[in-house]
Amino acid sequence: MSTALVYALCGASLVGVGLYGFITRAHLLRRILAFNIIGSGIFLLLGGAGSRQGAVSPDPVPQAVIITGIVVALSLTALAVALLVRLVEDTGRATLPGEDASRDA
Amino acid sequence: MTASGLAALPLLELTVVLPLAGLLLALPLGHHGARATLALAPIILLVTALLCIEIMWSGAPIERVAGGWDVPLGIALRADGISGAFLLTTALVACAVAVFQAQGGQDGGATRRSTFWPLFLATWGALNAVFVSGDLFNLYVALELLTLAAVAMVAYGSTEAAMRYLLFALSGSLVFLLGVALIYAGSGTFDIGLLGSAGAGDTAMTVAAAFMTAGLLAKAALFPFHAWLPPAHGNAPTPASALLSALVVKAPFFILVRIWFDIGPETSGVLMQLLGYLGVAAILYGSLLAMRQERLKLVIAYSTVAQLGYLFLVFPLAGAAQDLPWTAGTWSGAIFHALSHALAKAALFLAAGIVIEAVGHDRLQGLAGLARDLPMTVFAFGIAAVSIMGLPPSGAFIGKYLMLTGALAGGHVFLAIVMIGGGLLAAAYLFRPLRLMLLAGETQPAKAIARRRQVVPLLLALAAVGLGIAASLPYALLQIGRSLTATEGIE
Amino acid sequence: MSGIMPALLMLCPLVPAVLTFFLREDSHRLRNAVAIGSALLKLALIAVVLLGVAAGNEYELRIPLVPGLYMLLRVDELSLLFITLSSFLWLVTTVYAIAYLGGHENLSRFFGFFNLCVAATTGIALSGSLVTFFFFYELLTLSTWPLVVHNGDEKSLSAGRTYLAYTMGGSAALLLGIVWAEGVAGPVEFIAPLDFEDTGTLAQRLIFVLCVGGMGVKAALIPLHGWLPTAMVAPAPVSALLHAVAVVKAGAFGIIRFIHDVYGIARVEELALGLPLALIASATIIYGSVRALQQTDIKRRLAFSTVSQVSYIVLGASLAGPIAAIGGLVHLVHQGLMKVTLFFAAGALAERIEVRSVDQLDGAGRRMPLTMVAFSLAALGMIGVPPLAGFMSKWFIGVGALEAGRGWVILVLAGSSLLNAAYFLPLIYRAWFKPAPEGAVSAGAERPLALILPAVVTAISVLGAGVLAGLWISPLGWATLIVEREYLP
Repeated sequence: MSTALVYALCGASLVGVGLYGFITRAHLLRRILAFNIIGSGIFLLLGGAGSRQGAVSPDPVPQAVIITGIVVALSLTALAVALLVRLVEDTGRATLPGEDASRDA
Repeated sequence: MTASGLAALPLLELTVVLPLAGLLLALPLGHHGARATLALAPIILLVTALLCIEIMWSGAPIERVAGGWDVPLGIALRADGISGAFLLTTALVACAVAVFQAQGGQDGGATRRSTFWPLFLATWGALNAVFVSGDLFNLYVALELLTLAAVAMVAYGSTEAAMRYLLFALSGSLVFLLGVALIYAGSGTFDIGLLGSAGAGDTAMTVAAAFMTAGLLAKAALFPFHAWLPPAHGNAPTPASALLSALVVKAPFFILVRIWFDIGPETSGVLMQLLGYLGVAAILYGSLLAMRQERLKLVIAYSTVAQLGYLFLVFPLAGAAQDLPWTAGTWSGAIFHALSHALAKAALFLAAGIVIEAVGHDRLQGLAGLARDLPMTVFAFGIAAVSIMGLPPSGAFIGKYLMLTGALAGGHVFLAIVMIGGGLLAAAYLFRPLRLMLLAGETQPAKAIARRRQVVPLLLALAAVGLGIAASLPYALLQIGRSLTATEGIE
Repeated sequence: MSGIMPALLMLCPLVPAVLTFFLREDSHRLRNAVAIGSALLKLALIAVVLLGVAAGNEYELRIPLVPGLYMLLRVDELSLLFITLSSFLWLVTTVYAIAYLGGHENLSRFFGFFNLCVAATTGIALSGSLVTFFFFYELLTLSTWPLVVHNGDEKSLSAGRTYLAYTMGGSAALLLGIVWAEGVAGPVEFIAPLDFEDTGTLAQRLIFVLCVGGMGVKAALIPLHGWLPTAMVAPAPVSALLHAVAVVKAGAFGIIRFIHDVYGIARVEELALGLPLALIASATIIYGSVRALQQTDIKRRLAFSTVSQVSYIVLGASLAGPIAAIGGLVHLVHQGLMKVTLFFAAGALAERIEVRSVDQLDGAGRRMPLTMVAFSLAALGMIGVPPLAGFMSKWFIGVGALEAGRGWVILVLAGSSLLNAAYFLPLIYRAWFKPAPEGAVSAGAERPLALILPAVVTAISVLGAGVLAGLWISPLGWATLIVEREYLP
């Protein structure tokens, strides 16, 4: 099993796990975390794409891209959490209307 | 100044740098940010206009590499005709919104908060970055910056709508990013130019492009991913609604055009048809819902859902076979439609904002007597409405005509009928508020609004009409750097 | 040089339209001066163009938009006929409207759209291509809507909705037809019949139906006429404008253009489209007259009379033959002159002595003699009494029908004339031969003169157009010239 394949499989499973959480959970904090898990999976895929078979050093571009991507994901997470805090302050609920947090249990 | 003189200026970089620098400047200024923005906006407009002149003059796309780092490590900026057209439209709308709002907009004090103007400039900068990005990853970053600023502006109006918008946008980003990663894995580059010249590519490329497309649809609010748009655009403060509906939803469309026409992966007819039929559904569904709304801003917001559908008709009409003689015309028609819609939609939202300031609400049933009290605003609303309906002589008519020609020439009679029918539906939902505004009767006189603010939506609406009357210039601009294989429209 | 005149003719109503929107509501003098001044200026410009065309000059203005799409303004004989009529009626209607609406609200808006409507009509007259025609055709729809709903009450607004529903539906069909036609035959200019070499006859027929059907809405052909009677809630000057020069005429003019300059009479016959159109026009003529007979409200009676009379134009155009074509063309002018007179008079009656329905007309002749003379003259013209204008139209259409071998048209004309007489003569009889009701006030009824004289002027022109029909400068002479040029190239 090549290194690239390991990265790819790990990335794919992270995306799968995250996607499951993003779709099935109603609690917004869980969904935000799920978003981060999917993001990590995709970064792993991208990093794997940069490993060159037999080369001494990996392709630097994906690494630069991953770092930028992490920064972007971080800022979006911060915004999402800030909105969530406001939503809880306003409504007392951490879910969107019409969705039930009890199913998360 | 000569072409070489213009070329010596870093115009392309400035279109992105200026708004972002303004953002940093406005942050510490707090609510004085309005003045800083008002000073900066005309400069950005001027830079953008000069850039367009440079593109026209040289007749070729302008390319720069930021900081001297070469591709693939450096950031490539590239402005062709379509970039220029979108940059200039954005600058016009943003300037209008800034002038409108900086002179004392009310709506709940949202824009007097210290954060509004930085967000405004961030939106502008992010839009410009989308329009000049030469590679897919930069597009991703610019798009995320745009989402960030847009969601935050929606949050002024409704946290819930903002949250819903953010969830749609987040899932869209992830799917888009997945597509970008797949493309890199397959071809080892993010550069649109390199990807395009590499040839049609293989199936993996098409799959990656499909991923990116799916992600962008969520951000572009194409039916059935539209649910977040009406509450977000309908409840945001006036200037935010105008920017969001006119420009922000166009950015994902712009990227889609880049992907399917500039990179040009081996297109699958079925996928193009699917995008087109989603567009048809959006036109019908958005229009029918717009007719049933009881609030002016929601009518306008649903109208955006419908009008975005038109743009996606370009994919079945011109995407599947790019070498047909009418493809260039159809493609240009869709871009015309997008530009005209941007100007007219901004005019509609600003006019609605004036209505809200004048009578304190935007319920349709309470609009009687407005034609008497605010004739200029009602007139602006009417002219913008004509543009949305796609009637001559507006830019939208030129767009619709070009797309119709392509549709009939390519045998898409059904799409042609939908386009024409969509115009009738638009007339139905836009004449309804107009009719109620013209209703005479004993009504409380509306609060007076300064003429210099009322004139802003009127000018935007007239610009949408002017785009049609002076169509030859923007048409010529759009053709510069166009990567379609077809060279001539049908005569 | 040759492009300047069409541009000036267009700008002449367009500039005052834009100016008027920005005038303060209470600057009456300035607004009236702008309106009347520009109308006079336009008549002067037309005189220059008329002399120019007579001297063999050609006037053409081409504005490119995008590849395959351009605006083309061109002056030819047919456009001159229509533009002269519209400019003359614009002047008199402006005078009338100023008198009629004095003291009303929202006058800047009214006269702004009024001028815009005239600009659209001018554009329709000058259009040299089908797309240009469509541009102005839509502008006309949009600029007349605010006039129809001007009063701002529920009734006008619902009439406005009906009006839009019909006309925008018609425009949609027209647009589809135009794009289709241009797709198969290239840009359609009004010079020579289209080149349809590779197009099947079914497609050709469908394009014809879409375009003529689309224009038939404005021309109020049955079953597309429903908007016209409801639009009667508009102020009288608007009705006059709608019925005599602007909307219904735009439709009829478009159909003439389409038959003569886009398809050509020969192809219309070849595709067997002339007869169905003639039948629809005939049915409309009879139907409109019958419905007119049933109305007791004067304005509604006039409205249904318009439905009927405008179809003479379409009938004349659809009968393959030069003489009928002359009849149709000349009726374009004659019907405008007569109908505008009738509406001016009806508006004056309603405004000054509160006469709105037929049974209130008793003795109106003595109460408002000038108005009723004008009304009677125009009504007799409509019936077709020689030597008034309407007689000339009917005569030519009738002779033309015989020449084209469609003898049944004579029956339609005769029947329609009888019906015309049946719904107009009682009005004239009541006005002149019945005593006025007790206590009817008549002193000072014919004031102000600006409200009365327009009807008198147009009534004189109805008489003049009939009596002087032999001169080349008369509408008939001009129509003959147009048809001769087409049939004898």
